[in-house]
Amino acid sequence: MLSSGSGNTVIKSKLISRRMFLLTAGKAIVLVGVLGRLISLQINESSKYKTLSDKNRFREWKLAPERGIIKDYFNNEIASNKQVYQIHLIPENTQSIEETFFRLKAILKISDKKIFSLKKKIAKQKPWEPIIISDNLNWSEFSRINLFLHELQGVEPIVSVARVYKDESSAHVLGYVSQASVKDLKDKKYLKEMSVPGMAVGKTGLERRLDEQIIGEVGFQRYEVNAYGKRIKQIKVDPGKVGKSFKTTLDLEVQKYVSEILADKAASVCVMDIYNGDIVSLVSSPSYDPNAFVHGIDKKYWDSLIKNDRKPLTNKAVSGLYPPGSTIKTLVALSALENKIIRPLETVKCSGKIELFGEKFHCWKKEGHGVMNLRTGMKRSCDVYFYEVARKLGVDRLAETAKKFGLGKRVLQNFAEERSGVVPSTSWKKKHIGQNWYLGETLHSGIGQGYFQSTPIQLCLMTAQIANGGFEIKPRIIFDKTKNNLKEYLKFKNDNPGKPLPTDLLISNFELKPLFKNQENIKIIKDAMYSSSNEPGGTSYRSRLEDKRFTFAGKTGSSQVKRFTEEQREAEVKQEQLKYENRDHALFIAFAPVNDPKYAISVVVEHGGSGSKAAAPIAKKVIKKVLERHSLRMATNNLTGDSI
Amino acid sequence: MFRPRSIQSSLSFRDKLISIDYILVFSILILGIVSMFAMYSTDGGQFKYHTESHILRFCVFFIMFIILSFVQIRFWHSTSYLIYILFLILLLAVKYFGLTSSGSQRWLNLYFMNLQPSELMKIGLILFLSKYYHRIPIESINKLRFLFLPIFVLIFPVLLVIMQPDLGTSLLIAAGGLVVAWLAGVRVKFFAYSSLVFIALLPIAISFLKPYQKARILTFLNPEKDPLGAGYQIIQSKIAIGSGGLFGKGFLNGSQSYLDYLPEKHTDFIFTLFSEEFGFFGSVFILLLYGIIVSRIVKIGNITRSNFGKLYCYSFATAFFIYVVVNMGMVLGLLPIVGSPLPILSYGGSSMMAIMFGLGIAMSCKVYKDSPVN
Repeated sequence: MLSSGSGNTVIKSKLISRRMFLLTAGKAIVLVGVLGRLISLQINESSKYKTLSDKNRFREWKLAPERGIIKDYFNNEIASNKQVYQIHLIPENTQSIEETFFRLKAILKISDKKIFSLKKKIAKQKPWEPIIISDNLNWSEFSRINLFLHELQGVEPIVSVARVYKDESSAHVLGYVSQASVKDLKDKKYLKEMSVPGMAVGKTGLERRLDEQIIGEVGFQRYEVNAYGKRIKQIKVDPGKVGKSFKTTLDLEVQKYVSEILADKAASVCVMDIYNGDIVSLVSSPSYDPNAFVHGIDKKYWDSLIKNDRKPLTNKAVSGLYPPGSTIKTLVALSALENKIIRPLETVKCSGKIELFGEKFHCWKKEGHGVMNLRTGMKRSCDVYFYEVARKLGVDRLAETAKKFGLGKRVLQNFAEERSGVVPSTSWKKKHIGQNWYLGETLHSGIGQGYFQSTPIQLCLMTAQIANGGFEIKPRIIFDKTKNNLKEYLKFKNDNPGKPLPTDLLISNFELKPLFKNQENIKIIKDAMYSSSNEPGGTSYRSRLEDKRFTFAGKTGSSQVKRFTEEQREAEVKQEQLKYENRDHALFIAFAPVNDPKYAISVVVEHGGSGSKAAAPIAKKVIKKVLERHSLRMATNNLTGDSI
Repeated sequence: MFRPRSIQSSLSFRDKLISIDYILVFSILILGIVSMFAMYSTDGGQFKYHTESHILRFCVFFIMFIILSFVQIRFWHSTSYLIYILFLILLLAVKYFGLTSSGSQRWLNLYFMNLQPSELMKIGLILFLSKYYHRIPIESINKLRFLFLPIFVLIFPVLLVIMQPDLGTSLLIAAGGLVVAWLAGVRVKFFAYSSLVFIALLPIAISFLKPYQKARILTFLNPEKDPLGAGYQIIQSKIAIGSGGLFGKGFLNGSQSYLDYLPEKHTDFIFTLFSEEFGFFGSVFILLLYGIIVSRIVKIGNITRSNFGKLYCYSFATAFFIYVVVNMGMVLGLLPIVGSPLPILSYGGSSMMAIMFGLGIAMSCKVYKDSPVN
């Protein structure tokens, strides 16, 4: 038993050992497999997994940068930032989005529509990206939220900064900021890396033009987070960069003053330094509250803006197009002198109308002005005189002068709302309307009607360039310290009164661009404008300022909205009797003070009736205000403030 | 060389101490120490519940292992069936009195610990079959009627464990049993037939699987399909191991586990944690320790005289190897997540107890290597 058993045992034991050997071989293969996998994961693909691990570990939250500030010439902040109380929600951290919204609705006033759109937004973004529930809470709402915070997981009260505009007078030129739209993000390249919730971008005006520089640089907070999205520790914070601040050439005090004068009129005023092109004031009326746009405008206010027929949202000073009316007569006369078509003392007899090419052309004064020369024609704004001049001059020569002085093209750079207007000419008509020019249209152009279209800022530039003696200037709103050649030239001229300065010397020494052939012609026009404002019979004589410090020289203008019918002309219908929307636009351009011009102004009052009655009185007040502040302005910055 | 029985049974304590396999003991000790560090790391670098109870368990069961080593091999042989039956009763008890946790009923509340009898059954089945094949004559091994009992003792506990449900452990129990049968000389054709039957029954078996088990298998086939759902564990485990690189992120610096990206880091994914913190070299070190343990047990099988001892040691070594490889394959994304602990390293009292019990018997084979079992 024992021996046979032991023999059996030995055979069995050999069998077991043989089979074990096979198993061991199998184990070795498996072991190689495991080892190979370890090599592949930890050596070959290690960098890939390291990246993935960091992706797990770190999460970044972008921080919206603080917008730069916009100041006026005297360093008053006209667009600044204020603290706002906001409520952010991180969807991942809530226990239930539905419940959180339900609770928030009970605490704050959030409409179902808003909740719906918020939910749509949440669905589109990563669960840890915060979404702004409300971006401008008042203190009582904010403190109420803080009171209930313990039962609102994922809701974070945030104190942030947002744009605030101090007054409405500069609303149009500054523009406003608002939430970046999908279109903004698509069109504006600089916004590509800036998709931060709550990021406001400039939509209009300077805010839009300066957006890229003023918006600042996005910062971020990098956190180590655990698997549940909880922030464990802060790894890195980049606070971003506050946007660049800008100083403008505007005078807030004047802005406010002008805004008050214009009140509810549909009107605009533009005031410009005639030597360096600094825009002192650019007001469009009526205005609106730009703050309403910062946190999303409410429907009611929006509707009231849209439905207002005086168009409060339009910046009339740069995008309102008006026929220049009689204000163009300055350029008609200048062009005729420059082209030696007329001499100043040549006369034309005005009998109230002329008939040419089978058409009647009326003077605004039915009974006629009698015998007119250039100076009296300007002074009394005689249409017949200018019909005659324009007829001799021809539209193309007029167009050339008009373009030279800034009509028909944008005055400012990159100002999205600005429009370029129209300076008609034979080739323009051929190109844009496809018809030949009629001679009758030349006469309409000669008194600034017909196809002529100009913006108030263009008229202001035109006046400034006449006032400074006929040199090109580049208007600007953003203050800069570049030296002013025109002023240096004038200083030089004042210091060396005897020395004649030929034109080519102007160009080479002072890099000036004269717009005239003979500067004497400019003087004649300025003198004619003086007479129009300061001599009895002048169209704006009633609005004159007698104080020598403020005396201005100007030119009125009325641009027809609707043509007068023969019946109306016979009945001597007054503008005040017409319906508001049919009344003429009232225009006025001027420069002041007469003996040492410093500023040019243009005033346009839509449907104001006549320039002398509606526009000139406004200009009178504004000119006085601006000139009163002149010495202060000069004192503020001595780099560009050399008095002459 | 062939000493009389009387001499063998009267080994002095000194003789017994000398004959212990110290390389094996030290390897286990080192692994135990490593496991303490790993546990300390899962607790976030603090002495907390897991670390403390793991250390306690390791100490208790390590002492148990040494004590069991001095128990005569004859005792284990004679009580094999009894042990199996005891474990089977415990398994049945689980079915009726067991504790349920996260949807599966696996534990018995013994007041001082929660016992998971399915872990013990891994060893129990190997013991039973080792004795069974030791006893039947070599000619009878491949006779059909001698196959019924092994099949029954294998299938019965496996079914009980599947029903808990615990797929991973049941497969590992079955694997241990099959290894004994294979080593005893059961013909390849029987394995082939049974695998055919298994494949034929697979669709039916799958229909019995719980949805989460189905999901796990599908996930294994394509983990990237649902990265936040069922595939999450595999992906995060691979990221952790891969990001460990050559040298690892350093002790207590495993961001994946520290920041809770790793699931079940105490138990099934303890190797992932270690691998993340100690890198490729750390992983190979662990692999080496396991290799030494397995080869030492095989060596005991080589020198032990009785076929019971050989069968047991070889089977236990192979089963131990399978436990290690299945766990590693799982965390490395080579196998589906079935839930199997890594011997000694993983947190879990029953697993530790079963492994130490198994090691104790193996060591007893060493101490009483020349002693016949019957």
